[in-house]
Amino acid sequence: MGGQFTEEASVKGVLKIFAIGGVTLALSAAVLAQSDEETEKAVEKYRQMLKQDPWSNPGLLDVDRGEELWKTPRGPNKVSLEKCDLGLGAGKIEGAYAQLPRYFADADRVMDAETRIMWCMEKLQGFNHADLIKRPYPGGGQPVKELGAIATFVANKSNGQRFAAKTDHAKEKDAIALGETLFYRRSGPFDFACVTCHGTEGQRIRLQGLPHLAAPKEAAKVVGEWPAYRVSSTHVMTLQHRLYDCYWQMRMPELEMGSEVSVALTAFLVNQAKGGEINAPGLKR
Amino acid sequence: MHLTSIVIAVATATLTATAALAQQPAVDPARADAAIKAAFPTAPADWQPRLVPDTTMRECSASRNNPSKALAGEIQKRDQGAIEYPADGNFMGDWKKGEALAQSGYGLRFTDYPPRTVNGGNCYACHQLTKAEVSYGTIGPSLLGYGKLREFKAADVKAAYEKIYDSQAAFACSNMPRFGTNKVLTIEQIKDLVALLMSPDSPVNK
Repeated sequence: MGGQFTEEASVKGVLKIFAIGGVTLALSAAVLAQSDEETEKAVEKYRQMLKQDPWSNPGLLDVDRGEELWKTPRGPNKVSLEKCDLGLGAGKIEGAYAQLPRYFADADRVMDAETRIMWCMEKLQGFNHADLIKRPYPGGGQPVKELGAIATFVANKSNGQRFAAKTDHAKEKDAIALGETLFYRRSGPFDFACVTCHGTEGQRIRLQGLPHLAAPKEAAKVVGEWPAYRVSSTHVMTLQHRLYDCYWQMRMPELEMGSEVSVALTAFLVNQAKGGEINAPGLKR
Repeated sequence: MHLTSIVIAVATATLTATAALAQQPAVDPARADAAIKAAFPTAPADWQPRLVPDTTMRECSASRNNPSKALAGEIQKRDQGAIEYPADGNFMGDWKKGEALAQSGYGLRFTDYPPRTVNGGNCYACHQLTKAEVSYGTIGPSLLGYGKLREFKAADVKAAYEKIYDSQAAFACSNMPRFGTNKVLTIEQIKDLVALLMSPDSPVNK
């Protein structure tokens, strides 16, 4: 019954996507003849149309895929991830994402959802670390990788909850502080830092609006939308992938998944977004 | 009289405290440097310099792009010293080539090697420049009518060259890349962008 419902919903979702694609083309043509204020309005209308019917979100397919991957015995050890502790106890998923990143004593470090899932895939299932970090993100048109699908499932299981990561442990405080420093740290041939594009309200690159992540109010609105389905690249993009892509645009090298930097930036962003509602996977242009 | 002095003193103290708080880096920059080095393990040797900010970037990061007046003066003076000028003293190239450069965001990303074309300036990502191009960003100010507004003066032609070559020579801790100093664009390319801004024939000034 549940499976059938999901399948019907998926077909309906795919039809919706085609409809939205048509609207996008029409909007792109219309956009050319408009002033910037009208343009921004048109883009916003497009976003609202994408949001109107939650079942039109293709990212939900990866939530289902992630759930299946979580429950299936996999890896050299042929076990599922059902004993993976995301912070609330082994196998407890509901609400876990709302309290990540957090300090894990067994790993003696702060981890976000993706880094923790990777840790479980290595320790429980026996996957090789080097393999997991080698090509961790999909190219345009390719579906999110397995780890990302699991992360999308995990995030989705905190939907409706508010970000409430604990900051009691010294290493949790330290991760947020490092993330904040990195947010303002300029580097590379373009002199860019995160704050270059995310430090002022209402700005955009070309026609793409930019969230003002230095402001908690705006961070609370957008951070909970990740992982998100991106219409332009037709796949789910996780937060680690989003950061990797930002550094790519900043003309920096390839950011390692699960690195101290990517976890610290996530800790900072989630702390900025404290109290913001989780609604994953979100939908992005 | 006394009250005024007290109010001023309190206000000054508050401002100083706020400034100190805002300029206090959250962690030791050396620790951030080490974390960055570890986070990009596949970066080849010739990419290592990208991980290390120069003095100007360090000062801007530490002050969160809000340097004191004295520091701003130091940054601008240092960056003015970095500017290389065209050998023949001519700052204006071809505005048509400049328009193509303004449209292109190509170059220096890890997917851009080996290079398939020249680096772009990607000006439209942040600036409005011409009436025809409505897909422009708003991180930088609108440059529509740039030359016309300056009556195409020779001094402004030179100033435009300097701002593109090294934005921080004019505005310390500007968000804009230092295209010449950081070797993103060549002198010839910067001249083409100057022409886009300052030529009376350019669509920027139509």
